[in-house]
Amino acid sequence: MYTKKVMDHFTNPRNMGEIDHADGVGTVGNAKCGDIMRIYLKVENDIIQDVKFKTFGCGAAVATSSIATELVMGKTIEEALKITNDAVVEALDGLPKAKVHCSLLAEEALHAAIWDYAQKNNIQIEGLEPPQDTDDYDHHVEEEDDFE
Amino acid sequence: MEKKIYLDHAATTSTRPSVVEAMLPYFTEEFGNPSSIYEFAQNAKQAIDDARQTIANAIGAESAEVFFVSGGTEADNWAISGVIENYAKKGNHIITSKIEHHAVLHTCEYLEKKGCEVTYLDVDANGMISLEELENAIKENTVLITIMFANNEIGTIQPVKEIGAIAKKHNVLFHTDAVQAFTHIPINVNEMNIDLMSLSGHKIYGPKGIGALYIRKGVRMKAYIHGGAQERRRRGGTENVPAIVGFGKAVAEAMPKLESEASREANLRDYFIQKVIDTIPYVKLNGHPTHRLPNNANISFEFIEGESLLIMLDMKNVCASSGSACTSGSLDPSHVLLAIGLPHEIAHGSLRITLGEKTTQEELDYVADELVTIVKRLREMSPVYEDYTQEKIESVIETKYNLTSKL
Repeated sequence: MYTKKVMDHFTNPRNMGEIDHADGVGTVGNAKCGDIMRIYLKVENDIIQDVKFKTFGCGAAVATSSIATELVMGKTIEEALKITNDAVVEALDGLPKAKVHCSLLAEEALHAAIWDYAQKNNIQIEGLEPPQDTDDYDHHVEEEDDFE
Repeated sequence: MEKKIYLDHAATTSTRPSVVEAMLPYFTEEFGNPSSIYEFAQNAKQAIDDARQTIANAIGAESAEVFFVSGGTEADNWAISGVIENYAKKGNHIITSKIEHHAVLHTCEYLEKKGCEVTYLDVDANGMISLEELENAIKENTVLITIMFANNEIGTIQPVKEIGAIAKKHNVLFHTDAVQAFTHIPINVNEMNIDLMSLSGHKIYGPKGIGALYIRKGVRMKAYIHGGAQERRRRGGTENVPAIVGFGKAVAEAMPKLESEASREANLRDYFIQKVIDTIPYVKLNGHPTHRLPNNANISFEFIEGESLLIMLDMKNVCASSGSACTSGSLDPSHVLLAIGLPHEIAHGSLRITLGEKTTQEELDYVADELVTIVKRLREMSPVYEDYTQEKIESVIETKYNLTSKL
């Protein structure tokens, strides 16, 4: 079901944990849907010096959070914001269709953490939206049947 | 542990080697079509009759009341759709429960779209239906009560005899899906007033692709699969002779040791549940504490998600199951866990372990020990657990269920 890369990131998650006095923290998802991701950022001179995550969720949710932290480590905020869920999926050598929403969640968690950082430091970042309330957000997509 | 520890017997069982051995001649030497006239094919016909008699004996029925089908799902579909079709003059109201298998629920939902009326009974926190609510739900146009014998996820056993008595009193037919209960719990269709009952082969060490529908003599039930005269003109298609033979063999082997094996498995089940409760904090047993299948343990672990738990167990060579949404492929966790009132976050963290005839205490000790490590690790990764330790949220297990963590 999962690629080797996903299994690797699930079993040996990179950057798992918390950052004390983080410059930005973003939490997305909810327990109702079974996925919650939290990303912590340490930012210096506009560069992500450290990033950590915690995730409640399936194997894909853990793996996408893990690889997302790898992708943004050492990047500028601007570069980090350019990382899309597609990049996350690609870096994992693919995800099952039903799990693609996990990669969206990773992107959202990252954006939420950056938003928090921007808010705390009174920084305006063009195009960055405040995190949405994901309570009514139906991110589970039924696997399509392409028989017809 | 090097070898695989299979603890998902409610999903399927291995076909017992003695069952496979009994089946083999019917692929090669005794391959004749049971409907053929010549002497040689009569051996296949006789083998079907023998298997039918064995299954009938196991449930206190007559052999003419047992009809072979492709499995539990077909039996459920046939029983429910069949009653609706054949009793249309009497009415079109079905009473079922919210925790039925999808083979029953989706059939009911389909019939609802076709104009039938369905009452879905609630269950209590242990997964039991209320007999009073059942009786109150019966109306003039009620034709069928379909309530499962024992639940596949949480193991709760329904008061089948009492349900049968209510059905009989009100002259309503009673169907029960006994796929999980068969050969684990004694069943007598007459004492329990069961009119229709679904059975499956591959849950009881028989082959996949075979099951049976018990239809009480006198219940009007016409063909569901149209074709030849097989199964007394009610289920056309050349019989799956090897599978039928295997199903019969599995039942014949299971019945004499039903009670001893059920008691052995129930002891192991209770040992495992207690060990988990004693060694891992914030856990909850799902399903009835005593009226439950001897081989079923369903436990929720707060703050973690079931699929992650299953993958971690799989890496330790343990096969188990979960009611988390991620394993069901839909938005919600198991409909059964939600029906017993579990909040989503607890339902997502459920683990189902179902024991089998080869399960040993050593295996369960290994799994319980691994669970301690795995649950601890997943909680370390969990933002929900972090919130709990920082006192931002309360524990559902503690506040809703008053289960205190001993550790």
